[in-house]
Amino acid sequence: MSSLEIRTPEGISFAVPLAGPVARLLALTLDFLVILAAQQVVSQVVGAFPKVAADVGDAFGILVLFVFAAVYPMVTEWFWRGQTVGKRLFHLRVIDATGLRLEPAQVVIRNLLRYVDGLPICYLVGSITSLFNRRMQRLGDLAAGTVVVRSVQLKQPDLDQLLGARFNSLLEQRHLAARLRQRVPPEIASIALDALIRRGQLEPAARVELFRDLATYFKKLVDYPPEVIEQMADEQYVRNVVEILFRASL
Amino acid sequence: MIVDLVRFVEAERPHWTALEQFLKRLDDNPNAALPIDEAQRLHYLYQRTSSALGSVGAMASEPELRGYLEWLVSRAYAEIHESRGRRRFRFWTWLSQTLPQTFRRHVRAFALSAVLTFGGAAFGVLALAIDPDSKSVLMPFDHLQMTPAERVAVEREDKGKRLDGRKTSFSAQLMQNNTRVSILAMGLGMTFGVGTVVLLFYNGVILGAVAFDYVTGGETVFLLGWLLPHGVIEIPAILVAGQAGLLLAHALIGWGSRHTRRERLRKIAPDVVTLICGAAVFLVWAGIVEAFFSQYHEPVVPYGVKISFGLIELAALILYLSRSGLKAK
Repeated sequence: MSSLEIRTPEGISFAVPLAGPVARLLALTLDFLVILAAQQVVSQVVGAFPKVAADVGDAFGILVLFVFAAVYPMVTEWFWRGQTVGKRLFHLRVIDATGLRLEPAQVVIRNLLRYVDGLPICYLVGSITSLFNRRMQRLGDLAAGTVVVRSVQLKQPDLDQLLGARFNSLLEQRHLAARLRQRVPPEIASIALDALIRRGQLEPAARVELFRDLATYFKKLVDYPPEVIEQMADEQYVRNVVEILFRASL
Repeated sequence: MIVDLVRFVEAERPHWTALEQFLKRLDDNPNAALPIDEAQRLHYLYQRTSSALGSVGAMASEPELRGYLEWLVSRAYAEIHESRGRRRFRFWTWLSQTLPQTFRRHVRAFALSAVLTFGGAAFGVLALAIDPDSKSVLMPFDHLQMTPAERVAVEREDKGKRLDGRKTSFSAQLMQNNTRVSILAMGLGMTFGVGTVVLLFYNGVILGAVAFDYVTGGETVFLLGWLLPHGVIEIPAILVAGQAGLLLAHALIGWGSRHTRRERLRKIAPDVVTLICGAAVFLVWAGIVEAFFSQYHEPVVPYGVKISFGLIELAALILYLSRSGLKAK
């Protein structure tokens, strides 16, 4: 998954996940439906005033729709901090490519450039541009210096259900538990968590082998006193390590 | 190194919650200016959360906690480090100062835009002079396919009744179409200017061919009376949109600049927006004039009146773009 890496002047790095083309297309479709709905509303409103000349009504309809289609994403992205109705629903957000706040000029340019990104049909120019772009930017995003990111928050796994409420002797050694958190790479932590979640789907022999490998790996990273880990099965050892790695978070 | 993560989270959580609430308040009031004590508080909370992210990042096995802190820090970072000035938009100040000043600042791009259009017009004249049969290709519009004399006769007979009962919607369509073309002229600047150049040149070809057709057909006065009232605003509007497109192209190419492409585009963006919005304002005026005035010909409206009106508009436009906002900073 692509992400936008930003390093602050304070020396802190953070990554924001970039939105994929499918999610963006779905959000765009929803925004298109909003514009269609507005078209229906305008037609109804104009039709409700039969005394107004048909000519004025038609002109009103043409202009309101044109202005609405152009201005709707600008206004919503400005007042909702980079979100339209579609982007809100699909948890997407437009942000400045340097992580800063959006400026009005950026919002206007990226939305006006839709007329070029939409050429010749169905956002072909924009889609091709974003596919060949590391930050998945269409022409409008390139001109405005913006990116579309995913703004969904991660959810914590239900560890209580997974790990139970058994006594964890590894937690007793707080300094070693801290060292474990420091040394275990996030990918290995995720593998260990996955192994526990899917243990029921594994063949018994494969399960024993997997937990033995994981336990051996963790034991090499942090050397627990023998009296703490003796008679502890490999799977239990991994279970205790996963609890140390994950449970203390929010 | 965090020895007791549980205690660390418990100690820091109130600060994170406070920062989250702070950011939500800013989300609800994006234009609110913070008093100094609140700005200091925000800065403190941001630094404290950044520091926590740094500590958790070193452990690297707390994906949810890290994700949450990254989300908080990224949002606070945008608020704390944004140093670009934000001024209240005033339409009159924009119209009387910002737009003409921006136009003058990039007048060379406008000149290039004009050269491309008039180059296209010269090509249109030449093409029609060499090959009169190319009219249907050069001017692919039904009402331009008849001879100028036939067109003038039809218009005199019609006395503007053709648009009776649909002038307002016709005006709206003109505004919509012209604005769309202008936005394209600007946006195609992102094709390194190639699209903008082609569009401006092609517009010029049509313009030159139409002018040549009517002048050689002996209908110069009709042509001026028909085109000048709206054309003196509409054509410059398209040229201004082309000017914006050429600015985008220049920023993209970056001749003679030491800045990165991103910096160049970021710097030029406000000027591009000002110019394209200016073009849109001009086109609203041109659309109204074209529907309600340009379509009436002699004997309804004397050509002298129409031509004079167009010349007065042109003088006012030149005066506005060259003099307005000169004294303002």
